[in-house]
Amino acid sequence: MANDYAAHRLAIVGAGVMGTNIATLAVGHGVPVVLVDLSDDVLSLARAAIAQKLRHAQLMGALPPDRPRGELVTSVSLGDAADATAVIEAVVEVPETKAKVLAEISALVRPGTTLISNTSCIPVDELATWVTHADKLAGVHFMNPPYLIKMVEVIRGARTSDATLESVSSLLAVLGRDGLVIEDSAGFVINRLLHPLINSAAMLVQEGIASAEVVDGLLEGCLGHPTGPLRTADLIGLDNLVDSLNVLYERREDESCRPCELLLSKVRAGDLGQKTGRGFYSYGKVVL
Amino acid sequence: MTTEQTFGFAPASTDAITDALVSFLTQRLKTEVAPDQELFKSGLVSSMFAMELVVHLEASYDIAIIGPELKLDNFRTIRAMTSLVERLREVEGLGAEGTGEDG
Repeated sequence: MANDYAAHRLAIVGAGVMGTNIATLAVGHGVPVVLVDLSDDVLSLARAAIAQKLRHAQLMGALPPDRPRGELVTSVSLGDAADATAVIEAVVEVPETKAKVLAEISALVRPGTTLISNTSCIPVDELATWVTHADKLAGVHFMNPPYLIKMVEVIRGARTSDATLESVSSLLAVLGRDGLVIEDSAGFVINRLLHPLINSAAMLVQEGIASAEVVDGLLEGCLGHPTGPLRTADLIGLDNLVDSLNVLYERREDESCRPCELLLSKVRAGDLGQKTGRGFYSYGKVVL
Repeated sequence: MTTEQTFGFAPASTDAITDALVSFLTQRLKTEVAPDQELFKSGLVSSMFAMELVVHLEASYDIAIIGPELKLDNFRTIRAMTSLVERLREVEGLGAEGTGEDG
């Protein structure tokens, strides 16, 4: 039921951009959240970020006005995720890291707990290798920021059960999101299309064919892309984008997914996009 | 950022608030912006930039934009933002008769 928010207890592992954004979505829809990461410093920043993102969501009229906020607990101990009804893994897009985290989560939650990976490229069935109950794992690819974008990509792995998909669907209904279910594939639908597009857009800038503003302006004006691929890249985070492109390139051997030098140089320089105040664009003060 | 730093360039008369916002938005958006221009309908301002406006107004005018005032209607035009600042400064006892100088 879409209003049965009190029946859910969500644990989110990884307090980066997506982890804090998903926590914002959940807390703003009345669902209690345990957010887990490695250090108190990261979690302190995460709490401040979530408070600000909740204000952003309210500003944009994106939260149900009739629900109390869900409680937010932050923890450095994965054990605090043990009694969650669902766990969302939102750590970096590095297979070894995701494997380690999923194995640890799987070992400590109750057998019926729904496990969700917010992976943007790694196939769900590859991740399922690392969990005890492969049927309980599904992929949910939230868009950024998930508290403003209603549509999500739901990935059914080869071993994902119907009951798990129903549980995911119930959680998404409470969170006010709409999901479209697809079969498993590296990069799924969104990032098999979006990531090569972003990489190609960056290559056009690298080759001096057009500036970032012009590339985005053409995609926006001619094709109706809402933000342009390079502004979207800044929103994703260029480090995460490079990680995801590497995952795609390794699995699909598609040259359009080999991260271009301009992307790599921006990551080396620490210009990671909106979260650091500069990527393809400059953003002034970092407010979210 | 301290209030001492910000009040110096963000005085509190209606015209001064409007002028400061015109200048801020023109600089950040790299295009001329008029006080009555719709910022969101025209596509000039994104939902992410809307939050930057909230933070900018709070830091520049020593106000807290919370509760029912935290809504997009208050940010649709520079004129609407000026009214919001004046309203909140009045509530917080920093009304328009003040000079904005931090004595």
